[in-house]
Amino acid sequence: MRPQDLAVLRPEGLFCPPGDFLIDPLRPAARAVITHGHSDHARPGHDEVICTEATAAIMQARLGERAAGRFSTLRYGEKVRIGEVDVTLVPAGHVLGSAQVLLEWRGLRIVFSGDYKRDADPTCAPFEPVRCHVFITEATFGLPVFRRPPPGDELEKLRLSMARAPERWHVVGAYALGKAQRLVAEIRAAGDDRAIAMHGAAIKICELYQNFGAKLGALEPASAESTKSSAPGLVICPPSALQDRWSQKFGDAVRGMASGWMQIKGRARQRNVELPLILSDHADWPALQQTILDTGAEEIWITHGQEDALMRWCDLRGLFARPLNLHGYEGEEAE
Amino acid sequence: MKDFSNLLENLLCQPARNGKLALLVDYLNRTPDPDRGYSLAALCGDLVLDEVKPGLLRALIEERADPILFRLSYDFVGDLSETIALMWEPGEAAEPPGLAQIVESMRAMSKAEARRRLPGWLDTLDGTGRWALLKLVTGALRVGVSTGLAKQALSQWSGVAQTEIEEVWHGFAPPYLPLFAWLSGAAARPSACDALCFHSPMLAHPIDDADFERLEPGDFKAEWKWDGIRVQLKGRSGAGARLFSRSGDDISAAFPELVASSGEGLDLLPLPASGERAGVRGGGVSPDVVRKASGVHGHPLVFAGGLDGELVALEPGKTGLEAVASFSTLQQRLNRKTISAAMLARIPVAIIAYDLLFAADASGENWTDVRPLPFLERRRLLEQAVAKADDPRLLLSPLLSFEHWDALAAQRAVSAEHPSVEGVMLKRKASPYIAGRPKGEWFKWKRDAHLLDCVVMYAQRGHGKRASLYSDYTFGLWSGDALLPVGKAYFGFTDAELAQLDRFVRQNTVQKFGPVREVVHASDNGLVLEIAFEGVQVSPRHKSGYAMRFPRINRIRRDKRPAEADQLEALAKLAR
Ligand SMILES: [Zn+2]
Ligand SMILES: [Zn+2]
Repeated sequence: MRPQDLAVLRPEGLFCPPGDFLIDPLRPAARAVITHGHSDHARPGHDEVICTEATAAIMQARLGERAAGRFSTLRYGEKVRIGEVDVTLVPAGHVLGSAQVLLEWRGLRIVFSGDYKRDADPTCAPFEPVRCHVFITEATFGLPVFRRPPPGDELEKLRLSMARAPERWHVVGAYALGKAQRLVAEIRAAGDDRAIAMHGAAIKICELYQNFGAKLGALEPASAESTKSSAPGLVICPPSALQDRWSQKFGDAVRGMASGWMQIKGRARQRNVELPLILSDHADWPALQQTILDTGAEEIWITHGQEDALMRWCDLRGLFARPLNLHGYEGEEAE
Repeated sequence: MKDFSNLLENLLCQPARNGKLALLVDYLNRTPDPDRGYSLAALCGDLVLDEVKPGLLRALIEERADPILFRLSYDFVGDLSETIALMWEPGEAAEPPGLAQIVESMRAMSKAEARRRLPGWLDTLDGTGRWALLKLVTGALRVGVSTGLAKQALSQWSGVAQTEIEEVWHGFAPPYLPLFAWLSGAAARPSACDALCFHSPMLAHPIDDADFERLEPGDFKAEWKWDGIRVQLKGRSGAGARLFSRSGDDISAAFPELVASSGEGLDLLPLPASGERAGVRGGGVSPDVVRKASGVHGHPLVFAGGLDGELVALEPGKTGLEAVASFSTLQQRLNRKTISAAMLARIPVAIIAYDLLFAADASGENWTDVRPLPFLERRRLLEQAVAKADDPRLLLSPLLSFEHWDALAAQRAVSAEHPSVEGVMLKRKASPYIAGRPKGEWFKWKRDAHLLDCVVMYAQRGHGKRASLYSDYTFGLWSGDALLPVGKAYFGFTDAELAQLDRFVRQNTVQKFGPVREVVHASDNGLVLEIAFEGVQVSPRHKSGYAMRFPRINRIRRDKRPAEADQLEALAKLAR
């Protein structure tokens, strides 16, 4: 019994032969286990989708009718048998509903991490390391240069900037699913309850998060009227809207961006960002290392991202590692 | 240090001049001496801490990190200091050093000491602090703050007019304590001319075609634009003399034959303290060497007043403007630790004077600031001063006569033959001497670049955005039937051309050496590039013996076979 008997790479994604299902498949499948609601992982058109309740809700909100033939939802930690395989979803700490997939078969344990982070996030359950033989990890920020400052430092930067330039709007780009809600929740947790204007693309997801218990406080649609009627404050929009004409209605605004890439100054300058906020929903370099060690895995498979450096690190630690080169997954903000 | 590194980071991300200004004023409000002075000096390039070279940084990180992980990181980030700042694993929590502590110890430290101290500092700083420290000690703080912006911030912060600040700015070395004492109202205005101090030079705008239609030839005088280094010479009877580079560094010690002998008699000047930090070094010059140097001419250069000119090398044994040698000759006199008598004799230097800032009276002791006078008037006084000095080491920049622009263009075209002329300068006859780059007064009309057809020999991946493309090319010229490399270029092409070049490299690789690919370069098979460049330097590091200055890709010559590319001889001719 070899690991590749339990999980094997196919053009459409990672396939589990004894369970006859795919995980986060790139093309429509009969049965798919979905780790989380980001569009590169949760694609439309599968007959049956197995995921958490929150992920099902997110998929329905974003994809509507096309989301799936039917959903079978699992609670975190609930074990089900699919074919010959025991499947358990474990919190991944990435976005609301995100899960790692634990596969157990004849004593062999493989964990597919999906996307994950180790930082605390008020909007989702924290990552839980699971001991396994093979750990399949992402590597979006798999380079030693990605060692993020504590999220509190970055929020403080935002607070300071807003205090220093109260006459200017602060328009911050943040991914519409996950990052935007986390940013709001962190601001609320810090005791700031001023209204926040939200771009239309993220409003539906914010309501969904609130239905699942996230404390997001007062949100307003970021419309042309709101820019006139209220004093300048914080606006959150998808990163792409920062470059759009849409953002021009806020006049000479301070442009910010909440992204892990903001760690590289060149990236921040390239995107004309005046206020870079280093905030990511993916594991940074120390978290990738820590997680690999926590799982106790002997074999590491790397799905997507900066796999060269993580492979090298595994090499230096005497861990067997191989890249899967799953090209359909895009990493943060699909750059 | 935290305040300073935050300031740097904010400046870097702030595109608007007004935004930068607000950040600086806010910083000046919150920051005491001497940090505010050191910060300002560091930002506008007045603080030269260049003991730390990229090689040292690489060595530091490779002691701590796996070289492969470092290389992958550097390829991704594209900036050495930033890569190291990000990769550095923080040490135990301890009090990080202050800005003043870093600057003052760096100035006093040798290379070896700096190397020992840096890791300890890096350990205690946070990510932004490490980045700021590395940028500071490598002298690479490019965050878009000019001296002009710094002075404007000082003016806005203190309420003192910027022109008044400009008058005294260069009289002091960082951290400018007397300047801040005055601006904060704690002391009277320091005097501008008390010392043999540097005054910001007047700079020219590049001229473009539209300007010729607007400008009246009769309003202008023209001169050659010399390819040397811009200098300011100050001399006063009894007080000696000093020579400054264009950025205000005191380079007196590097040119003992020009300054040690000016002023009264042959008395030797003590090396000015700030000479230590000058970008051009001239450490141990023995009094004996200086005496010999002056002795070459038999009498000392005596100059009183303040002038603006170009420092150039001369061919030994010759005099006058015909003797002016190329920039590559002058370069052998720059950045030296010591200057031998043999070097002074082998590469004599002179100043080609082109403007007068301060005119001395007959005694040489009293000066008049002539900067407000029109150029023609200053020129008349300059001619008198140069005639009075009567020394082959002080030449007068000749005025070119012309009636219309075409006539000047013809002279300029001929100048391309001269190795040390870069083009022509146009100066408005009525222009006062104004520090900075005032509009519409002075123009530079640079010589067109040289062009040669070269053959691509090697290619290397770029950095950052271009890390995945072969975007750095080494090319060569023919010497007999061998190609010899003469330079490396990594710009001048469009994205579409880059894609073409990258494809060529991948499809025509003959050998790989780590990140470098050798591409096919036979006489009948290979790629010809038309390279534009500004000049040529004699370079023992290159097998060909020459290196192009500022080469860039002008055109891809698909129409030419490598055999039709130029000969090395064509480049060698330009070096003479
Ligand atoms: Zn994701
Ligand atoms: Zn992903």
